[in-house]
Amino acid sequence: MLEFDDIQHILLTRAPALTGRYEFLSFREPVAGREWVAAIREKVQSAHAARASVETDKRWVSVAFTWNGLRALGVDEAALATFPEEFKQGMATRADILGDTGANHPDKWVGGLAGPDLHAIVILFSRDAAERERSRSEHDKLIGRLKGVEVLSSLDLEATPPFDYAHDHFGYRDRLSQPVIEGSGDVPTRGSGAPLKAGEFILGYPDEDGPPANLPQPEILSRNGSYMAYRRLQEHVGAFRDFLRQHGKTPEEQELIAAKLMGRWRSGAPLVLAPNKDDPALGADMQRNNDFNYKEMDPHGYAVPLGSHCRRMNPRDTAANMNRRRMIRRGATYGPPLPDGIPDDGAERGIAAFVICASLIRQFEFAQNVWANDKNFHELGNERDPIIGSQDGTLEYTIPRRPIRRKITGLPAFTTVRGGAYFFLPGLRALGYLATLGDGRQSRAS
Amino acid sequence: MADTARKDNWMKPAAMAIPKEGYFKDKEERGRYGPIFPRTPACHGFTIIAKVKPGREQAVRDYGKSIEAAVAGDPHCLEVLKLHYLRWVLFDINGDTYFMYQGIFDTDFDKYTEDAVALFSKTGITTVFVNLEGFPEDWRTNVPAFIKFVREHQRQSFLEYGEYPYVSADEIKKALRVKAALSDMLDQMQ
Repeated sequence: MLEFDDIQHILLTRAPALTGRYEFLSFREPVAGREWVAAIREKVQSAHAARASVETDKRWVSVAFTWNGLRALGVDEAALATFPEEFKQGMATRADILGDTGANHPDKWVGGLAGPDLHAIVILFSRDAAERERSRSEHDKLIGRLKGVEVLSSLDLEATPPFDYAHDHFGYRDRLSQPVIEGSGDVPTRGSGAPLKAGEFILGYPDEDGPPANLPQPEILSRNGSYMAYRRLQEHVGAFRDFLRQHGKTPEEQELIAAKLMGRWRSGAPLVLAPNKDDPALGADMQRNNDFNYKEMDPHGYAVPLGSHCRRMNPRDTAANMNRRRMIRRGATYGPPLPDGIPDDGAERGIAAFVICASLIRQFEFAQNVWANDKNFHELGNERDPIIGSQDGTLEYTIPRRPIRRKITGLPAFTTVRGGAYFFLPGLRALGYLATLGDGRQSRAS
Repeated sequence: MADTARKDNWMKPAAMAIPKEGYFKDKEERGRYGPIFPRTPACHGFTIIAKVKPGREQAVRDYGKSIEAAVAGDPHCLEVLKLHYLRWVLFDINGDTYFMYQGIFDTDFDKYTEDAVALFSKTGITTVFVNLEGFPEDWRTNVPAFIKFVREHQRQSFLEYGEYPYVSADEIKKALRVKAALSDMLDQMQ
């Protein structure tokens, strides 16, 4: 039985937010940090609370901590040592494993995310801009009261128009393929597979391999927690549109190129089910738009190129142990939209997203290292993920086609990593535990 | 992984001498679980040598039969390991029995480690490993400990040679399929 009243809502619910804000914090004093945790904890909704009032709520708050942040709050060394190695090292230290090289290198990240001072994130998802402003102001007041908690940086989130469906700045419909957690009450859409054991995403529960093992200690700290990999990914919309124009003579051809890079039309319609022509009704139909596989329906990639983003991020029936590689994605777009036909204005815009999973190394890092950035994925030889892979202009993209495949050389980078971090997302009881560390009791690794 | 395209090189036999560390320090690439061993003209591979626990030699030997049966039952059961060849050898040094697991495969070990551990569990290969001294008791749930054992018992080659270098098993199978199809086509034209 999942403890819905202890699990942070972001793990199990998707807030209907159109705006929001992330604030990245540093605790200069453990006491101030704990006071902040105690205060913000009152605002963090559990999955149970968020579900009960999702229609009327206007803001949804989540908090999470880096390993350095847990130490800054006063978690003792014995407990800190029980966390997994990749979390201890942090995302910036794992840059070469993740493909964060060249323009994506942590040296170039913004917002102080690459340094050891990054301790926590507070996510303020908001129904509208007025509510975001209210949340920001409330949080400012809290920070102002506490001497010793510093805001390193922040990022305002904005949905991109049209607002009737979620999509990124490139125009691709998003949120189409999400794993469902067993016991969550959610029902998987057709083609999404059976619900997965909770332990794949929430610490303290059996996972697809058996009972939980090697959990961070003490148990009160890890139970109902999870890990979040944060990625701030700038999208080069001008370069993307130029690329489509360069490789497609007509608007139809350009749409097809966009679809071939992703594996879905920008409407969301999967190429496996609509290989030649976009089908927006299919794209919008959650009961049909995820109902396909690759091994039987498109083994050679004539519909969905073998190296496309969708095929790399979720190879479905063409990869082993898929149930151990799934990830929950949350997040939003940021920056101003770039209207069609307007040259790139140089403003930063992109996706600021979280990958939530029980094992960063087995789930998130595997997807980055092996699926996105292995040049030899599916024997391709000289390709990486065309959307999120580490691209330096020297790689290729192969589009299988009869009689002869089309190969695009010198693929440009459509995205740049501007920041990232590994966070631990504690349950609500664990937040209470962190808030009261040092109040006459110490964390203890059992 | 040294994953640059070497598609045109298969006609030209090649040899590579490998430094003592097992990888080239100036070109060191880090995988999720540590430095990645280089791809050589003889593909990726490892040679794990470990002492067999006393009295377990027959148990290890018997697993040869069980793997034979597993592959006969499901010829693709080892597919995820991307293997070309496996060689399992038992030998003695000063009265102790040692086991050598030598595999030649197409992906660096780091990349699909968790899949390999899962497969080893399923096919009983790990059951061979538990007969080896120093194998972690909690290997089922502790992938890092499993990998540590493998890395500590890996004896890196110092020379590898390929008559048709850098060719993957999939490419070989694809070429043989083309050859067979061509042969069929020619038959049909008689």
